[in-house]
Amino acid sequence: MIQTLDSVIREHAFFKDLEEHHIQFIAGCATNVRFQEDQFIFREGDDADHFYFVREGLVSIELLVPRRGAVTVQTVGPGDVLGWSWLAPPYRWHFDGRAKCPTRALAFDGKCLRAKCEEDHDLGYEMLKRFYNMAFERLDATRLQLLDIYDGPRD
Amino acid sequence: MTAHAIELAANPRAPAGNPMLPVPYRVERVRRETYDTFTLEMVPAQAPGLAAFLPGQFNMLYAFGAGEVPISISGDPNDCPILLHTIRAVGAVTKALCALKRGDMIGLRGPFGSGWPVKQAVDQDVVILAGGIGLAPLRPALYHLLHDRRKYRRISLLYGARTPEDILYLRELERWRGQFDLEIDVTVDRGGAGWRGNVGVVTTLLPRATFDPAGTIAMLCGPEVMMRFCVLDLRKCGVPPQRIFVSVERNMQCGTGFCGHCQYGPAFICKDGPVFSFDRVEPIFGKAEV
Ligand SMILES: Cc1cc2nc3c(=O)[nH]c(=O)nc-3n(C[C@H](O)[C@H](O)[C@H](O)COP(=O)(O)OP(=O)(O)OC[C@H]3O[C@@H](n4cnc5c(N)ncnc54)[C@H](O)[C@@H]3O)c2cc1C
Repeated sequence: MIQTLDSVIREHAFFKDLEEHHIQFIAGCATNVRFQEDQFIFREGDDADHFYFVREGLVSIELLVPRRGAVTVQTVGPGDVLGWSWLAPPYRWHFDGRAKCPTRALAFDGKCLRAKCEEDHDLGYEMLKRFYNMAFERLDATRLQLLDIYDGPRD
Repeated sequence: MTAHAIELAANPRAPAGNPMLPVPYRVERVRRETYDTFTLEMVPAQAPGLAAFLPGQFNMLYAFGAGEVPISISGDPNDCPILLHTIRAVGAVTKALCALKRGDMIGLRGPFGSGWPVKQAVDQDVVILAGGIGLAPLRPALYHLLHDRRKYRRISLLYGARTPEDILYLRELERWRGQFDLEIDVTVDRGGAGWRGNVGVVTTLLPRATFDPAGTIAMLCGPEVMMRFCVLDLRKCGVPPQRIFVSVERNMQCGTGFCGHCQYGPAFICKDGPVFSFDRVEPIFGKAEV
């Protein structure tokens, strides 16, 4: 069965409890995209005009480090939302995003959503709450990663 | 009495004989798992050896001339009388154990402690969250679940390691993944250039696992801070604390609740633990002074 974009969005936890007209608007900003293995989805410094909802595959968030090459700081997989740089100035990607294997996603037009959020603060607040929560979870995960908990004698 | 307590009270595999007396075992095989972690495969020097064990129980391993340490049993509970222990060399005794060779003898006591709630998990979804060497105490539970696969609903193993080189039981994980009756997701904190898998902490795998929170039993083993974050996320998903089981480790000596070394709030880890349902330990879990 082919799912419509709005039903995919409606069923995703990230968009849970959004009002129907907001779902419809967000669905209007979404397109299906596919990336091949090793294809860059975005590059550091580029305009961040999109965010993504990964449906299948795996995306690495990388940083190019001199003499070490591309270092993966995190991966996002099926069900994860990717990218928040579209939401805050200067609207540029801070990392590279690269598909580690064939990847399918929904791409959301961040420019269009940004403008709508300025106009409709209810939607703006809902989006900010969701992206804040996601950033908060990523920060927690990063802190835990920094602790290097598996090093040394069993914590 | 909780379901877990009833399951443990009915343990037919309690140690026989004097629990303080080490029983001689011979090393049959030493398997190098990672650069600092080994699995010892041992058989009793004389029949009958120690009593059979429940998944999650541990032995006291006495390395002659070095000392005695608690180590969880990491083999298949149905493989009696062979005993497997996966040991990370961190100090004097564990280094002595990892230096053993085929034919060497050691003393074993036990099995001690509580086990994973494999009976309570019948007809439930099972989510296993392991970190680092924490996969070793959970492996017997996995063997048990796979042995009786039809008794359980969805089984997910979410495993986090420091780097790809630190992943335990790699070949076995690959084999299990190929069986399609077990969902396995592995992540590392730091992946090198050749690593094609997940990078991030083990909690990031949880949203991708499929389970019914109200009908799930979760089993957690790894560094305490990792388990704390896993519990938070499981609870956020709606898994009640009495359905979340954690394995707690403290220094211990006698293994029988006698000496008091491993007192943990009102409980002794060697006898009442190391596996506790989270509602039992919530007030003291992760507290520095306990
Ligand atoms: C119930 C139980 C099950 C265990 N199962 C396993 C297992 O399957 N595999 C395994 O490799 N280890 C396991 N351990 C941990 C193991 O017992 C210790 O690593 C061991 O006692 C260390 O002894 P040592 O003489 O080698 O090091 P020591 O010289 O005693 O200690 C070296 C360092 O390790 C730290 N340390 C010692 N014991 C622990 C511990 N329990 N937790 C955290 N840090 C500790 C010390 O503080 C010190 O920094 C288990 C512990 C318990 C209580």
